[in-house]
Amino acid sequence: MARFAVLVFPGTNCEGDVLHAIEAVTGQPAALVWHKEGSLDGFDAAVVPGGFAHGDYLRAGGLARFSPVMEPLIRMAESGRAVAGICNGFQILQEAGLLPGAMLRNVSLSYVCRDIRLRVEANSSPLTCGLAPGTTLRMPVGHAEGNFRADDDILEALEADEQVIFRYCDDGGEASDEANPNGSRNNIAGVRNARGNVAALMPHPDRAYEEALGGVDGRRLFESLHRFTES
Amino acid sequence: MTFRVRVLVRLRPSVYDPQGEAIRKAIAADPRLSAESVRQGKMFDLAVKADSPSEAKTRAEEIASRVLANPVLEDYSVQVLLD
Repeated sequence: MARFAVLVFPGTNCEGDVLHAIEAVTGQPAALVWHKEGSLDGFDAAVVPGGFAHGDYLRAGGLARFSPVMEPLIRMAESGRAVAGICNGFQILQEAGLLPGAMLRNVSLSYVCRDIRLRVEANSSPLTCGLAPGTTLRMPVGHAEGNFRADDDILEALEADEQVIFRYCDDGGEASDEANPNGSRNNIAGVRNARGNVAALMPHPDRAYEEALGGVDGRRLFESLHRFTES
Repeated sequence: MTFRVRVLVRLRPSVYDPQGEAIRKAIAADPRLSAESVRQGKMFDLAVKADSPSEAKTRAEEIASRVLANPVLEDYSVQVLLD
């Protein structure tokens, strides 16, 4: 049995999707945790869902790191338990220093909301441990600031350490410019930390876990997350 | 004393600025106007309690580095406004 915490900040709007996806896919209990909470005791993993935490004022995810729940979240990450972020949750984990890089406005300047294809690059993370590298998955993105940036030396280190876990790709699995929805460097759609217990992606697996939603590839990520908590 | 301190946050020169580039193109759409480049940033005016302008500047620099700017993307500058 694994208990999942789903963090909720003012402006988070995907907590219901993530909560239901975890319960429906893994059969494990999950609970919403308000950002004012000072403890994550009793949880085996935490997911930071998408939305617009604190209105995305200052920068996307920029104010969330000052919420009380971030202290136990950082301790959870330091203890080796799984921490995952989706979309705005990715930006929050970056701003909190738990994941590398930062998100810039999409090169198109448009809010991109459509299905994309992802290629799994490494299975060394809580979101990909059940997936073979090279696997491609289809799920939606919905963001205006998903343009992954990091300096050249950091980017090189991320690539060398296989910390890039997902890349945007075309239907043939090629990480082409055309398949890049936001201008991210190296088509990066998801990364993990050096230790391999914190990971996040911009696309929404929580919008692709039932046929009624138009796709089920997102299930694989929640299955991985569950598997990670049992390892 | 309370000092007024202005913090400017801008993308580091090496970071492509899609918004600034869009603004440059909009400027260029008017044949009477032109700008070789445009970089967009943010301005913050803080009221900071301190004993001296230099202390106010130090306090504002700490706020800028910890909160207002993301060092992965951005630089900042701090100026104490003396009327």
